[in-house]
Amino acid sequence: MNDKVITILHLYSHDMNIYGDHGNVLTLQKRLQWHGYDSKIIEYNRGDKFPDDVDIIVGGGGQDSGQNKIQKDLLSIGPRLIELAEKGVPMLVICGLYQLFGKFFKTSDGETIEGIGLLDIETYGESERLIGNIITHSEQFGDIIGYENHSGQTFLGHQVVALGTVRIGAGNNLVDISEGVRYKNVIGSYLHGSLLPKNPAIADYLIEQAVVNKYGEFNGKIINDSLTNLARRVAMKRPR
Amino acid sequence: MSKPLVTILGKAIRNIARLRGGGSALPGLVVEHIDPDFIKRTLATLPYGVVVISGTNGKTTTTKMVVELLESQGLKVFTNRTGSNFTRGVVAALLGDINIKGQLHADIAVLELDEAHAVSFVDKVPPRYSLILNVMRDQLDRFGEIDHITNLLRHIANATTDTVILNREDVRISSIKKSLDKQNVQFFGLDEKLLNLFPTDDNLHGHFVKPHNSFKADVVLSRFTNNSATFVIDDKKVYTKLKLNGVYNIFNAAAALTLVRTIIGKDLNQTKLINALSNISPAFGRGEILSVNGKPLELVLVKNPSGFRLGLESFCPTGYITMIAINDNYADGRDMSWLWDVNFSSLKKTGVRQISGVRAYDMALRLKYDDIPVKYIEPNIKKALKHFIDSAPKTPKRIYCTYTAMLNIRHELSKITKVEIIK
Repeated sequence: MNDKVITILHLYSHDMNIYGDHGNVLTLQKRLQWHGYDSKIIEYNRGDKFPDDVDIIVGGGGQDSGQNKIQKDLLSIGPRLIELAEKGVPMLVICGLYQLFGKFFKTSDGETIEGIGLLDIETYGESERLIGNIITHSEQFGDIIGYENHSGQTFLGHQVVALGTVRIGAGNNLVDISEGVRYKNVIGSYLHGSLLPKNPAIADYLIEQAVVNKYGEFNGKIINDSLTNLARRVAMKRPR
Repeated sequence: MSKPLVTILGKAIRNIARLRGGGSALPGLVVEHIDPDFIKRTLATLPYGVVVISGTNGKTTTTKMVVELLESQGLKVFTNRTGSNFTRGVVAALLGDINIKGQLHADIAVLELDEAHAVSFVDKVPPRYSLILNVMRDQLDRFGEIDHITNLLRHIANATTDTVILNREDVRISSIKKSLDKQNVQFFGLDEKLLNLFPTDDNLHGHFVKPHNSFKADVVLSRFTNNSATFVIDDKKVYTKLKLNGVYNIFNAAAALTLVRTIIGKDLNQTKLINALSNISPAFGRGEILSVNGKPLELVLVKNPSGFRLGLESFCPTGYITMIAINDNYADGRDMSWLWDVNFSSLKKTGVRQISGVRAYDMALRLKYDDIPVKYIEPNIKKALKHFIDSAPKTPKRIYCTYTAMLNIRHELSKITKVEIIK
């Protein structure tokens, strides 16, 4: 273990943690350790002071009530988040925060919930919930495996690209076959399950970006992921 | 179709379904279709009316407790013991118990209903009493959000005609009181110093919202050990030995006591009540203790983060070997995210002997990230169970399992030990 420390910021851990988002934070923490780095976790919740030094940001999904609670606070820290994203800080936002990192969420009642506009995406609430096991594919990360459960349908603008192409499942919407989003080092996705434990390539990508940003180079170790691969193989065979 | 005919037809289908080893749904389905008022009419004659028990965790054991406690007060109780907690299961159970004229010889019906099915049930048959236990993150893939489940439970409370019993310590449940104006409300609760043993989903990750304690609870659980509990009833402490185990079962005993006290009222015989409570054993698979090679084998059903966490807190792993079996069939929930919201650190010292089930590798991966040592992984439950037992035949055993894994395990165990058959 060297004395290099990576700070992970967990956004709204109290209100937005519904689908095992803790698993994403834990995966980053443990893999940093296995790669030989120390980690520090800061939880950011409504009304907290936004920390000065942040290396990775993780945010999760919430219930509608949770999203309503954090929306105002999120808008207030939006400019800071955008500044960090533009500087290349790696971020992972799932489900609810994925939507609110976009331009807006228009509910099925026609109400428009403003997002922070960090991502060039728009989300529309629909009556049908898209639920089930999902597999997508990315050139960089290979097969991405998870579980989706959302009624918002998200459409990507020109400034962003999809995280993956849907092989089984719904993904961002029922119109195209995109799932998730990438912009600079920011990744958004509907996948929980949790996402990072079964998709360590994404976890290692976030870690590498953070370490390079902070220390100039990344000297990771080879991690034995045989158990992960067995879990992935089983998950890929399960019904939707 | 005339009423006796419906009864005869229903009973006949029930017998045929049983002969071919079928479940309880078919006869219910047929009767529901040809006589939609069947349940309402049959239950309307009961002198003490209908009781509905709902909530995400502990319905089955609580229903069993309420039935046995009411019986201790001399009531004849009808209940849906088949474990089929849907309307059709209730119809099927009724068909078994009514006579040919369609009369039910019982004083009261105590029904365990799944949150979603309870809503359509109470619209047809408004219960005189309802007991709402808790609302936890459970099967979100089936029910959507926790707040949505809370609304289903509020609907049950609203449809109740006499008294609603609520959990004072679950903020989502106690706040249902606000939307009740014509019903009486009674609470069951916990002593303040026990509150931290029952974290809700809102404080899963170290964020502790203390429930508001301003309501007076009829029965308060004030302390407990592995096999005893002290309740505060009418400002008096009542101590009793228990066969129940698991903190959630013991807390739900306070719920059952409150409900039965409400139903019986001033004629209550408290000595008989507490005596009956001390003799209640947990429902199958809910902390149930079987015997293998003369040593205990405990089955603990886990189906959501709070349940799993409470299970781990309830049972000390020292002196036991532990197995975990995780399936992801429809009845278990397909989404594995919930495993990441359980803290497994209490297993660090003893480790886990055996992991099994369809999602054995997901479980193993979860434990790897908590640094919990795992000895064997075998997805096939039959093989894993045999290996688990043979690896230490004379050591007490505990198995945490999801619903369908539990059915599988009980089936295998029934070949080597005495297991109560659930019809």
